[in-house]
Amino acid sequence: MNWSEFFHMGGYAFYVWTSYALTLVIVVANIVSPLLQRRKIIARIKRAIKRENIELAKSHE
Amino acid sequence: MIKSIWHWIQRFSSPKHFYGMSAKLIPWFTVSALLVGLYGLYLGLFVAPTDYQQGESYRIIFIHVPAAWMSLFVYMVMAISSGIGIIWQIRLADMVAAASAPIGASFAFLALVTGSLWGKPMWGAYWVWDARLTSELILLFLYFGYMALQSAIEDQRSADKASGLLAIVGVVNITIIHYSVEWWNTLHQGATVAKFDKPSMHIDMLIPLLLMALAFKLFYAAVVLVRTRNEALYRDRNRRWVRELINEL
Amino acid sequence: MLKAYYYLLMRDLRLAFRNRHELANPLIFFVLVVTLFPLAVTPTTEALRAMAPGVIWVSALLAVLLSLDRLFKEDFDDGSLDQLMLSPNPLVILVLAKVTAHWFLTGLPLVIIAPLLGMFMALPDEAGAVLIYSLLLGTPVLSLIGAIGVSLTVAVNRGGVLLSLIVLPLYIPILIFGANAVDVAMDGLPVRGQLLFLAAVLVLALSLAPLATAVALRITASR
Repeated sequence: MNWSEFFHMGGYAFYVWTSYALTLVIVVANIVSPLLQRRKIIARIKRAIKRENIELAKSHE
Repeated sequence: MIKSIWHWIQRFSSPKHFYGMSAKLIPWFTVSALLVGLYGLYLGLFVAPTDYQQGESYRIIFIHVPAAWMSLFVYMVMAISSGIGIIWQIRLADMVAAASAPIGASFAFLALVTGSLWGKPMWGAYWVWDARLTSELILLFLYFGYMALQSAIEDQRSADKASGLLAIVGVVNITIIHYSVEWWNTLHQGATVAKFDKPSMHIDMLIPLLLMALAFKLFYAAVVLVRTRNEALYRDRNRRWVRELINEL
Repeated sequence: MLKAYYYLLMRDLRLAFRNRHELANPLIFFVLVVTLFPLAVTPTTEALRAMAPGVIWVSALLAVLLSLDRLFKEDFDDGSLDQLMLSPNPLVILVLAKVTAHWFLTGLPLVIIAPLLGMFMALPDEAGAVLIYSLLLGTPVLSLIGAIGVSLTVAVNRGGVLLSLIVLPLYIPILIFGANAVDVAMDGLPVRGQLLFLAAVLVLALSLAPLATAVALRITASR
């Protein structure tokens, strides 16, 4: 079996490769989205800490 | 005795402890998912013989069926951990359930689209009201309902409990839905579905299929851990362990 | 316990009969939706018969869905739901009473008016009878499952669409078997299997749904 035959998939290339491509998209999305979510959460908590520190400093003045 | 076990469970399932432990597990799951997945793909795409009936198009099975199994498996995990969360008030279980929903929904979606892409050359249409596809569609709706309820209720605790209860009701229903859809289908279509069924599968096709299913589950384990860590961070954002952790970053 | 059941049931019925015009709304909705189909498709007897079971069952389902709010919404808003939960009677019994009242006010009227709709949709007499049996067995399940959905969403603002999103997938088995029973009856085939299935689901829902509803109400109240 050579490569062009492999990619041809016996005439079903469109269906087979679209399926596999979509799987790749879903897998990548499942990896990327929690990582982005993590970043957002950490940034948010950092901001909250900063704000609290400012308020704390103000109340001491 | 029971009391000490209970203490142990509580300590073990504290978000803080989980956060530390999961960091060590994630790389293992990721690497093994990748290795098993690549080997499964290799066997599925290069080694498995061409199907005598469906030609090469059957190779969609190596992702379609694992995706469908996974979507059902994740729903079960969701319902069981929701049950644990409701009965024993273990917060970590609620977090796992909430973290699982988007993953399960995305794989239910994948199963639907790959199923319809497989259906086109087999049935001549992208969508046929096949029993399994219909059940899968309903499963996707159940996921949507869970996520909608989870996000509609502001108070985190009752959001978890409410959507958790829905997940449990959903599991009881899934079996009835599955049975009734199957029955409805044999009534209305009969023979067309038989094409999908493989009474006995060639061993060279079965092995990559099972490998891919395993790879999907390992992938789920890795992603759900990452997502549960996010949930833990977010929900405990005002607690000391999170504050200390963030300050160290 | 039985007394509590009876009193709550009577209270709900009496309250409902105070604003009678609201009572008829789900019923009118039911008839209206069914009327739309002959207008949208074709009013030939054959076409009507082919779609009748599905159309009537889907309309009944939507009518029940729209009326679900009535189950707990007002009681939740005016605080009497909290009162109920404080009562010494088991919550499951009270839930059962409320669901019974809901069925009397929506499910039963739908069953009673169904022959008229059967006539609209040119259903033969035997199929009309089966339609009534299937609705009689199926609509209580719709109320029971719906009660779980409402108790989960009653505290949510604008929970209407959310409620249908949650409840409709759970209604599918009832729809399949209910509509199919009528369909099969038109071909003159036995429908015992379908009706027995509906009865089994009714028994299952009757024993499990009030429990789930009680848990859901406690969750909702704990906010």
